[in-house]
Amino acid sequence: MSTAPRPLPGWVEIGLMPLVNVALAFLLVGLIVELIGADPLQALKLLVLGAVGSSESIGYTLYYATNFIFTGLAVAVAFHAGLFNIGGEGQAYIGGLGCGLAVLALDRYLPGLLTIPLAILASAAFGAAWAAIPAWMQAWRGSHIVITTIMFNFVASALMVYMMVNVLIAPGSMTPQSRGFEASAAVPSMQAALQWFGIAVARSPLNLSLLLALLSSAGVWIFLWHTPWGYGLRTMGHNPEAALYAGTNLKRMTMLAMCLSGALAGGVAVNELLGVHHRLVLDFAAGYGFTGIAVALMGRGHPLGIVLAALLFGALQQGGAELAFEVPAITREMVVVIQGLVILFSGALVHLPRPWLQALFARKG
Amino acid sequence: MQELTSDAAIELRGIDKSFGSVQAVRGVSLRIERGSITGIVGENGAGKSTLMSILYGLYRADAGEIRVEGRPVEMTSPRDAIGRGIGMVHQHFMLVDSFTVLENLILGAEGGPLLAGGLAAARAELARLAQDYGLAVDPDARVSDLSVGEQQRVEILKVLFRGARILILDEPSAVLTPQETNRLLQILRVLRDRGVTVVLITHKLREILSVTDRVIVMRRGEVVAERATSKTSAEELAELMVGRKVRFSFDKAPARTGEPRLVARGLSLVDDRLVRVLDDISFEVRAGEIVGIAGVSGNGQSELLQVLAGIRRPTGGALEVCGRKVDAAHPADPAEMRELGVAHVPEDRLRQGLVPAFLASETSILGYQDREPFCHNYLLDGPAVGKYCAELMDRFDVRPRTPGLLSSSFSGGNQQKLILAREMARHPRLLLVGQPTRGVDIGAIEFIRRELIASRDAGCAVLVVSVELEEILSLADRILVMSGGRIVGEVAAADADERTLGLMMTGARAA
Ligand SMILES: Nc1ncnc2c1ncn2[C@@H]1O[C@H](COP(=O)(O)OP(=O)(O)OP(=O)(O)O)[C@@H](O)[C@H]1O
Ligand SMILES: [Mg+2]
Repeated sequence: MSTAPRPLPGWVEIGLMPLVNVALAFLLVGLIVELIGADPLQALKLLVLGAVGSSESIGYTLYYATNFIFTGLAVAVAFHAGLFNIGGEGQAYIGGLGCGLAVLALDRYLPGLLTIPLAILASAAFGAAWAAIPAWMQAWRGSHIVITTIMFNFVASALMVYMMVNVLIAPGSMTPQSRGFEASAAVPSMQAALQWFGIAVARSPLNLSLLLALLSSAGVWIFLWHTPWGYGLRTMGHNPEAALYAGTNLKRMTMLAMCLSGALAGGVAVNELLGVHHRLVLDFAAGYGFTGIAVALMGRGHPLGIVLAALLFGALQQGGAELAFEVPAITREMVVVIQGLVILFSGALVHLPRPWLQALFARKG
Repeated sequence: MQELTSDAAIELRGIDKSFGSVQAVRGVSLRIERGSITGIVGENGAGKSTLMSILYGLYRADAGEIRVEGRPVEMTSPRDAIGRGIGMVHQHFMLVDSFTVLENLILGAEGGPLLAGGLAAARAELARLAQDYGLAVDPDARVSDLSVGEQQRVEILKVLFRGARILILDEPSAVLTPQETNRLLQILRVLRDRGVTVVLITHKLREILSVTDRVIVMRRGEVVAERATSKTSAEELAELMVGRKVRFSFDKAPARTGEPRLVARGLSLVDDRLVRVLDDISFEVRAGEIVGIAGVSGNGQSELLQVLAGIRRPTGGALEVCGRKVDAAHPADPAEMRELGVAHVPEDRLRQGLVPAFLASETSILGYQDREPFCHNYLLDGPAVGKYCAELMDRFDVRPRTPGLLSSSFSGGNQQKLILAREMARHPRLLLVGQPTRGVDIGAIEFIRRELIASRDAGCAVLVVSVELEEILSLADRILVMSGGRIVGEVAAADADERTLGLMMTGARAA
């Protein structure tokens, strides 16, 4: 029924419904796989094994998930304030600029224990600054944030190309990338970190940025639901008039929400540059910003949900790559279709199974 | 139609409805005669809205049977209800502001892929309805340009346009001025005379007594009494609703006034459309007195409250609030106003006073979220907030006493009580109250008025804005009359009555 959603029990709403959504998406994926002449069950098996079949593939899955947690949180924080930040991509990218500049300036003079935190702060600060401009334009000039953040993705991209090609390129290099960071400025890989405890796992890009992502999730949860600012932010998101009544300065709150959002997006730069590439490169943020929207939607804007959704999307990314590699009929594009369907079913069609679940559970609720 | 012999438009048998642990409606059986006006009264949270929502297909009953015009029906959505000739006018209008009346009318009933045909048919139908029921509205007027009373007429027209023979109105007069209310009651009488069955939920016994044929009294989810209107009285109904005698007037001691807490000098406000909505307003409110502002709604009272609360900045003139000067050059935002000891019960509780998606406990600290004891070391103290909310609920009898329930799950009157509790509990120096008893039941009205007078006696300066003259008269020590954005008169409450106030309100407009 459309007019008055009857409440479902909490565990159905938060736990079961997303699973049903994903299952529906996979059903359709199976059908398509069947149509192009491959075996759906075999494909599913490859997908799952590709994502979690070995410690290496788990590492990759978690590495992708790290990025998705950052961008998912970024979208969610803005969304709780009633702001649709589509600029996670650009904010992550410019965060990378801050990260790179900080490391390139410091890594030869300071120990890693100082360089890394400063580089993390620089990522957050640059990401925040890049979000602050559209926020300012919305708060004081009334330009719509959806439009401006989209445009700022393009501006960020152009700016980075300029910086990489003309300013930051390593002397004598043919590819637009900076000199390598000093080894001291690297966030330790998970493999190395677990080695300290005598646990051996396979090499993968997974690094300790994952812990930063989890800490950020906890931080966002505390901020939104356990501080007066988070309270004011959510009030504004639900009802700006009530926020005004309560004494919240809407302009300042818009700035705060967007800056936080941008800072969180900057976390992608930490994972990618400090954790994996160890130099400033082009296009490291590709796609993560946009997928973050789906992650936030699927996670219902709640940090715990976002972590779970990020795991799913990480697994899809990794398992999908394996699948494309193993089955010739399934191309890289096909994997994008699979992701798209999951996004479709858990984003746009998220309420599709509601009537059926209601028929099943509403009476007991 | 079959079974024309049955004269019941609606019959309910043994209807039950629970929300979680709250049983909102229990074992309700009732019968509503065709072509009559039936009133439903009862305390806040008695289950009136829930019962009507079941009838309209918004909620599904846990048990019981619904018969419409003699036939048992299964209501699963408003679409079913509309199909059975049942229409509902909600308290919050569901109109598209930027559409014309006609466009709103055909919304959802466009009658074909091309609008033109549907529009022409609708225009003819509208003319017929206007003729038959005396519901004249300009079909080409934009809804945003209509007054609240006219918008409500559009809602009624919308329902009739869809062929409703049974019309449910949930607190329709809560947003109307007394004049508009009289128009509405007149319309309802015409509808009844044309054979429409009307169900009217209201807290205003005057309306019940003047327009209904029968009254149904609900308490705690049950129907506790049913009376023919001609054989009952306001006193009896009040007692049936609340379960005890209700006093309609009470004595208050003469005000002992102290220093001025609010001084306005030449206050003016020009809005975005360059309309002067407040014009040279000067008055003061002293500690220990209640000043009432009377006036037909829309004459600047809402804007005045917003300026006084710091939500809007005055464009001219100056304010002195608890000793602090506030003007265009030294504005104070709502947070600073609260810091000065100003509390504000907003007129529009759903839009300003609470966040429907927040828990009641969260609503209970709106505006005070960064104060002790709710917040220490920059962290909100959830248990302390919950405990505080429970205390407020106890003191102001908010039902159900569940701080963990969503604010939107409370009945309208209980939301209002929670907001009042929040604003009054912190012993403000200046209390601004807009429409203090809008939507609350008579037992609660008595309680709220008594609390406001107690605040006054404790030395608080109270400013009450209300469109109910009776309310102003029973509360205020001094009365200011507003019209056209100006204060057109002041009288001591002892020298005022509804007639003189009414004359001041309208006489000044003619001038
Ligand atoms: N969606 C809901 N979820 C939980 N409880 C609800 C919900 N809707 C109503 N209730 C509860 O059901 C009871 C009856 O509410 P209802 O809105 O029907 O009262 P009412 O008689 O219309 O009161 P009022 O005069 O204040 O409008 C109240 O205790 C209310 O808190
Ligand atoms: Mg109600």
